[in-house]
Amino acid sequence: MKLFRPLLAGLGALALGLTAHAAGGAKHAHAPEGGWKFAKVPAGKLDKDSVQRGFQVYQEVCASCHGMKLLSYRNLGEKGGPFYSSDYPNANDNPLVKAIAAEIEILDPVPDENGDPVYRPARPSDPFRSPYPNDQAAMAANGGALPPDLSVITKARGHGNEGDGASYVYSLLSGYPDTDKIKTKAGEDGLNVNYLEFDKDHTVGTLVQPTGLYYNPYFAGDTTPQWDGDPRHAPYGGFLAMAPQLPEGRVEYIDGTEATTAQMAKDVAQFLHWAGDPKQGQRKSLALPTMLYLVLLSLLLWFSYKRIWRDVEH
Amino acid sequence: MSGHESTYKPETGFTKWLDSRLPIIRLAHDSFVDFPTPKNLNYWYTFGGILSVCLAIQIITGVVLAMHYTADINQAFGSVERIMRDVPFGWLIRNIHMVGASMFFLAVYVHMFRGLYYGSYKAPREVLWLLGCVIYLLMMATAFLGYMLPWGQMSLHGANVIINLFGAIPLVGESIQSWLMGGPSVGNQTLQRFFSLHYLLPFMIAGVVILHIWALHVPGNNNPTGVEVQDVKKDTVPFHPYYTVKDGFAIVVFLIIFAVFVFYAPNVLGHADNYVEANPLVTPAHIVPEWYLLPFYAILRAITFNIGPMDAKLLGVIAMFGSIAVLFLLPWLDTSKVKSMRYRPVAKQFFMVFVVVCLLLGWCGASNPDNAIISMGEDKLVVNYTDAAGLEGTRVFEEYTPAAQFRDEQQTSGGVASIAIEKAPAFTFKILSQILTAYYFAFFLIILPFLGLRERPKGEPDSIHQSILGHDAPAAAPAE
Repeated sequence: MKLFRPLLAGLGALALGLTAHAAGGAKHAHAPEGGWKFAKVPAGKLDKDSVQRGFQVYQEVCASCHGMKLLSYRNLGEKGGPFYSSDYPNANDNPLVKAIAAEIEILDPVPDENGDPVYRPARPSDPFRSPYPNDQAAMAANGGALPPDLSVITKARGHGNEGDGASYVYSLLSGYPDTDKIKTKAGEDGLNVNYLEFDKDHTVGTLVQPTGLYYNPYFAGDTTPQWDGDPRHAPYGGFLAMAPQLPEGRVEYIDGTEATTAQMAKDVAQFLHWAGDPKQGQRKSLALPTMLYLVLLSLLLWFSYKRIWRDVEH
Repeated sequence: MSGHESTYKPETGFTKWLDSRLPIIRLAHDSFVDFPTPKNLNYWYTFGGILSVCLAIQIITGVVLAMHYTADINQAFGSVERIMRDVPFGWLIRNIHMVGASMFFLAVYVHMFRGLYYGSYKAPREVLWLLGCVIYLLMMATAFLGYMLPWGQMSLHGANVIINLFGAIPLVGESIQSWLMGGPSVGNQTLQRFFSLHYLLPFMIAGVVILHIWALHVPGNNNPTGVEVQDVKKDTVPFHPYYTVKDGFAIVVFLIIFAVFVFYAPNVLGHADNYVEANPLVTPAHIVPEWYLLPFYAILRAITFNIGPMDAKLLGVIAMFGSIAVLFLLPWLDTSKVKSMRYRPVAKQFFMVFVVVCLLLGWCGASNPDNAIISMGEDKLVVNYTDAAGLEGTRVFEEYTPAAQFRDEQQTSGGVASIAIEKAPAFTFKILSQILTAYYFAFFLIILPFLGLRERPKGEPDSIHQSILGHDAPAAAPAE
């Protein structure tokens, strides 16, 4: 997006640029080192291997709490998807997609001839299985917090620039403080309390993690109630109910890539970026021809204009 | 232009036959082919054509979207996403419609500022201007209704904020509110009626656009000099091909900008929260309208004081609607005889300030009113305490260490104490938006009426062709 920054800045800064962050605020999310390949102008592509690995991370880690109700298994094998193969233009025939779906047992939306519910392996046409039967069950299992659906999570964060949402996911997942930084002391009621110590510039003090919540500098929230230092310099970020999920080696990548926290966070962010906008490949491949066509047409009209008006003083 | 004789000559048998029954080809010929148009229109005058393209784009994409959209609170969010995922080129159609709304407003604002600058609202074009204001009002209604349809968090809570405004009207406010919502709260019935009206209004816009063009073609175009056409031969050219090609060029350049957003940044003009499905139980931290309504939102929020029996909320609503209503009065508020601000050296400066004020109002509308723009001094720390003897007090500190020490002393001696932040006095967005709102109204209600009586215009040419020959230089001396 670098090329269009000035243009977008003109409208964007005016209209929305300065809106979002409340006082306190969260740390600004950032892309992994080297930036996102897909965000390159004019036609950055998703890294297909990374999206595949990201799907593995989603399946093995995220899917136990987060649903993706807008996706179906067939989407994985459609053009632009992580398991697309030109041999199977119809994703429903793709054996890889069939196998992925078949591993998952779902409640058939159609009951059997006696009207009894049927469980069966999923087919590519089925939507992703939801981890909980309803929101109440999801909240009950997560200490009252509802794990958000991840179908469009990358579009629901940031400012709408290409890669904003993926950067947020990446920063959040890889941004938890290291486990050895979190210390434990006995609290007033005898229970142990986890806390973090800060000693940087004006942000000096300790931050207590409420039970069942985890500090993350990229999560929008307010840390002042848990902060014993100068309230004017409370740490960035907030507390969320999701514990750090991606310790090193949390998944064993099929392709042998080393599963560091940053690698897994980057892969799953890229997978979610694809999932939020699965037609982005089509959008980007159509972008340049459209722009060229319009530029040529404008040149043609400019010269026509010059010719038609050549004898008119105006 | 009225009084301009029709030059259409039907050639074939069929066109002759039709011409004596329904002279529609003659109408089109006289309106868009042989219509005499001032020679000196600049690129600011191409936005009328651009706007008609915008309207056509919105209607065509909108009709296709409506074929796939489901107006139901449980399905709307998913159906919009399904359009982008499963409908062939649905992502393109939806992006065009979504970005198109912003482009439509961008163009209409340029068009309106152009009308303001060149005095296109003055006699004999008052009705033309009024019809334009009606179109603008309908556009705002349509955009607001449409923003509700994806049923995201901003859709729901934005709709709540706007509908609640009507609640501020004395006596009938609450009834109007439930009438608009179709029930006690924004729900499925509201979404369905909003969808119905969102489909209806664009066709009403199209109808008023026809009247707008009709009202344009009676007196003919205004032009940058503001001097009326005197000699059709010397001052004008036929609309086609001169202006079809010039407008065509401008339209394509506009479409390039349009396409940049559609293909490279379709979501940058919207708000990320609208990709979170609507949930009445969770209110977003900042509810903001789309960018094109932000200046009015700033005016609404600028009124934070009561006057007599009227509370701030009602006054805010009055100010917001007043800021649009004042546009309808503009032809009679501006007393200047000279149309174009090109020849009004003082008014021109006030106009430039007005444009900046409108942009800054947009900035205020997007910002938290309590946030500081310029902070005077540092935030201080206040220790509120109740000492061991039960006496309450507060002490202000600049530094944290002594404040913490004092708090700890109080606590160890058996009292209660806590530290809070005392914000430094600041020039906030609230104050800025109040100043800007005052200027907005003063521009229409004070500056334009009085300036017209006092200002001495400079260098207005006698005719369009004279200004062309002089290449826009102020006329040195009277021509004869």
